[in-house]
Amino acid sequence: MDKRRLMLGNEAIAQGLAEYGCQIATSYPGTPASEILSSVAKLKNKNDLSMHVQWAINEKVAFEIAYAGSMSGLKSAVSMKQVGLNVASDPLMSAAYMGCKGGFLVISADDPGPHSSQTEQDSRMMAMIAKIPVLDPDSPEQARQMIDYGFKLSERFEIPVMIRPVTRVCHTRQDIEPGMICTNPKTPDFEKNPARWAATPKFRFQLHKELEKKLEAISQFPDTEPICRNPETKSKTAVVASGVSGAHCLEIMKESGLFNSISLFTVVQPYPLHQSFITNILSDYEKILVIEETMPVIEMQLADRNKVMGKMTGHTPRVGELLPENVEQIIFEFAGKKYEAESFKPVPGRRPTLCAGCPHRASFFAIKKAARKGIYTSDIGCYTLGLNLKAVDTVLCMGAAISQAAGFYHSYKDEKKRPDIVATMGDSTFFHAGVAALIDAVVQDVRFVLVILDNRTTAMTGNQPTPDSGFGACGEKLNKVDISSLVKGCGVKFVEEGDPYDTRAFTSLMKKAVKYSKETGPAVVISKRPCLLDPAQKKLVQDLPEYEVGDECDGCAYCIDNFECPALILHEEKGGQPSDQADGETDKKASEKKVSIDPVMCSRCGVCVDVCPKKSIREKNQV
Amino acid sequence: MSLPVRQEIVISGLGGQGVLFITRILAQAAILKGYPVFTSETHGMAQRGGAVISHLKVGDFASPLIRPSHADGLISLTPETFAMHSNFLKEKAWAVVNGQKKQSDKVLPEAEAKTCFFTQADVLAQKIENARSTNLVLLGYSLQCLSDRFFCDIDDAKQAVDIILSSRFKMQNTALKAINAGYDASMKENKT
Repeated sequence: MDKRRLMLGNEAIAQGLAEYGCQIATSYPGTPASEILSSVAKLKNKNDLSMHVQWAINEKVAFEIAYAGSMSGLKSAVSMKQVGLNVASDPLMSAAYMGCKGGFLVISADDPGPHSSQTEQDSRMMAMIAKIPVLDPDSPEQARQMIDYGFKLSERFEIPVMIRPVTRVCHTRQDIEPGMICTNPKTPDFEKNPARWAATPKFRFQLHKELEKKLEAISQFPDTEPICRNPETKSKTAVVASGVSGAHCLEIMKESGLFNSISLFTVVQPYPLHQSFITNILSDYEKILVIEETMPVIEMQLADRNKVMGKMTGHTPRVGELLPENVEQIIFEFAGKKYEAESFKPVPGRRPTLCAGCPHRASFFAIKKAARKGIYTSDIGCYTLGLNLKAVDTVLCMGAAISQAAGFYHSYKDEKKRPDIVATMGDSTFFHAGVAALIDAVVQDVRFVLVILDNRTTAMTGNQPTPDSGFGACGEKLNKVDISSLVKGCGVKFVEEGDPYDTRAFTSLMKKAVKYSKETGPAVVISKRPCLLDPAQKKLVQDLPEYEVGDECDGCAYCIDNFECPALILHEEKGGQPSDQADGETDKKASEKKVSIDPVMCSRCGVCVDVCPKKSIREKNQV
Repeated sequence: MSLPVRQEIVISGLGGQGVLFITRILAQAAILKGYPVFTSETHGMAQRGGAVISHLKVGDFASPLIRPSHADGLISLTPETFAMHSNFLKEKAWAVVNGQKKQSDKVLPEAEAKTCFFTQADVLAQKIENARSTNLVLLGYSLQCLSDRFFCDIDDAKQAVDIILSSRFKMQNTALKAINAGYDASMKENKT
C-alpha cells in the first residue's frame, strides 16, 4: 500500500521531531515557521506522546526552556522565524559555549524575498557568529531527515545544531512516507557541573577553546559532507549550492544538459564547511560558482577570490529570493551559454489589506479621529496593515511601538506644540516584547496612548493562543494572565477597555485617553474584539443583520478612502463594473459613482454605518 | 508506452478564495495516482487579501517552483490574477479562468493563442447556494474541459477530497456538490 502522505515542510519537520525522539518542543509563532509547533502538538495528541509542547511568550523564553531540556539529557528543539532568532540570540551565543547534553536543535526559518518578514537575514550567518553547525534542507523530505542528522551531530559533539529551512521548504508540500514515531522517552538526568553550566569568564575561555575543537571535528564529520550530484561528469568548473537553491540547480542543470558538463555539489552543512571539501574543490576546479540564500556563507569559506564566484564578486544577487529563473540565468551565464528569456512587464498586484470586518480597522478609524495629525507608532502583526489607512507611521520590530513612542515623546518634549502620540500593538506582541517597554515609559512619564489591539489571538500566523487565552498548543487548559491587570501592574493609571465595533463609544474613549495622555501621564486603551479568523467567531455571522448602501449614495468614496474595507466596492457608474481598486483613484465624477457591499465578503460588523458621513449605509430591510 | 507524467500547473487567486485548498486536492490526487508531487504556497502577510499563487509540480522534479514560460496550465480564480500570472504559461499551454471572457480580452491578447476557458464559476457557486465554493466549481470545470490534459480525473479529485476532509461529512458533501456543478457546467458549455 502507498504510505506516502502529502506533508507541508513544517509538518515534515514536526514528523522528524516525533520520529527521532524530541521530548521538549517550544516556539513562538512567526511566518514561515509557525506550523512546526502546531504540527508537533497534533502528533503529540494523536500518538499520546510524552513530550512537552508549548508556545512560549517569546523566542528567548522558548529557547531557554528547550535548552534546559537538553541540559537534562532530553532531545529538545526550539523553532522560530529568523527575526525571532534575533530575540533569542542572547541565549544562543552563550549556549554554544556551554554546549548541550540531549540533542538540541535550533530551527530558524528564513524568508528570502522577503514574503512575510522585516528582513532577509540569513540565519546561517547567526550560526557562524555563534559558532554552531547549521544544516540547510532543500525539501520537506530532506528537512525531516535532517532532524535525525541534527540530533546525532548535537549529541555526539555536545553542541546546539541549527536547522535553517527557508520559506520554500516550510511552505512546500511534498509526498513523504512517514517513519515510526518514537515512543520510548528518556528519563531526565541533569548532572550538576557549575564550571560548565554556570561558567565564569575564566571558564568561558576554556569552553571557547573546546568549542573551536568541536567545530574542527564537525568539519570532518562524514554524514553531513557536501554531495557531488554527478560524479560521472568530469569538469574543471563546478557549481556549489545549498538548500533550495541546490534543488533549483539540480533541476535546471538536468533539463539543460549542463549536468553533463559542469560538476554540481549540494551542501548539506554550510557551516562549518568540510575541510577536505574546501581543499579538494579549490585544487580540482578552475572556476567555482556558489549559489546560496541570502548571504555568502559558503563563498566566504571558499577563500579564493580568483576562482570562486558568487555574491562577493557580484555574480549572484545579494538581495531577494533566488527564484529558479534567476538561478537559470546565473548558471547559463557561468557556463557561457546563451540565456533566452521572454521579458514580461510585471502586472501590478493588489496590496494586502485587513480582512473585511477586522476589528483593527475599526480601532484605527477611531484613533485617527481622536488624534488627528498624531504620530502613530505600530508594530508587528496584521495591524501593520493599518498603514493602508494612514494610521501607522512606523513599524520596526516586535514591541518597538512603545519604545519608539517614548523616543518621539522625548524628541518633541520641549517643543511648543507636541504631537499626540498613539502606539498600536497586538495582544500577543504586547506579551512578547511590550511589557518591559511599557514599564520604562511609565518610569519616564511618557505622554502617549498605547492601544492594545486585543483580538484574543496571534492572528497573522494562524491563530495561536496568547498568555491570556487560557489554553495551550495541544488545546490543554492553562493559566491566564489578564492584560488589564498586567498594564495596571506596570504602573499605568489610565487603563480602560472598549469595543471597537461600538464606533461612537470607542471614539470618545480614545479622545478621553488622548486628553489624559496630554495632561496627566501615559494612557492605555485595550481594544477588545475577537479576530474574525478565529473559527469560533465564524458561526456568529449567520445571526447578524445584513447591511446595504442606500440609493442616495453619492459616490463620494469617503468610506473607500478612509475605511478601505474590501467588502465596500466602488462602482464607476450605476450597474457598471467595479473600478480597479489597486490604483486607488477616486475620480470625482460623483454622480456616476456609487458604493455597494459585497455580500460574500461582508462580515456584517456594521462599523461602516458610522463611517459613512452621509448616513447612506444601513441595516437591510430597515424602513 | 506513454512518457512519464511531468506536469507543472499554476493556481492563483486572491487571499481567501481557496487557492491552497484546490492545490491540496490536486496534490493529493497526484499521490493517489502514485506520482511524486511538490506544491509551493503563499502564507502570512502575503495571504491578507493580496494575490495568492501556488505552484503544483507532478512528476520527477527537484525544485518546488515553476519558472516563467514553463507551466502547462493555469487555473485563475479571478481575471486579475490571470493577467498577473499568465507569464508562467509555456506555448500551447491551457488556462481556466473564473470570469467573463469579454472583460479579459483587453488585458490579454495572448489568451487567444492558448487553450483558454472562461467561465463564471462565482455565479454558479452562488446558484448552488455556496458562494465560497467558486474554487471547487472552477476545479470541477477544469477537470471536464481539459480532461485530456490533466494528470488526474474528477474521480481522483473526489477521492482526494474524501481524504483531505476525512470524517467531516457535511463539508465533504458540499465540496463534492461544487465540483460536480463545475463539471456539469463545462459539459453543457463546451459541448462540441
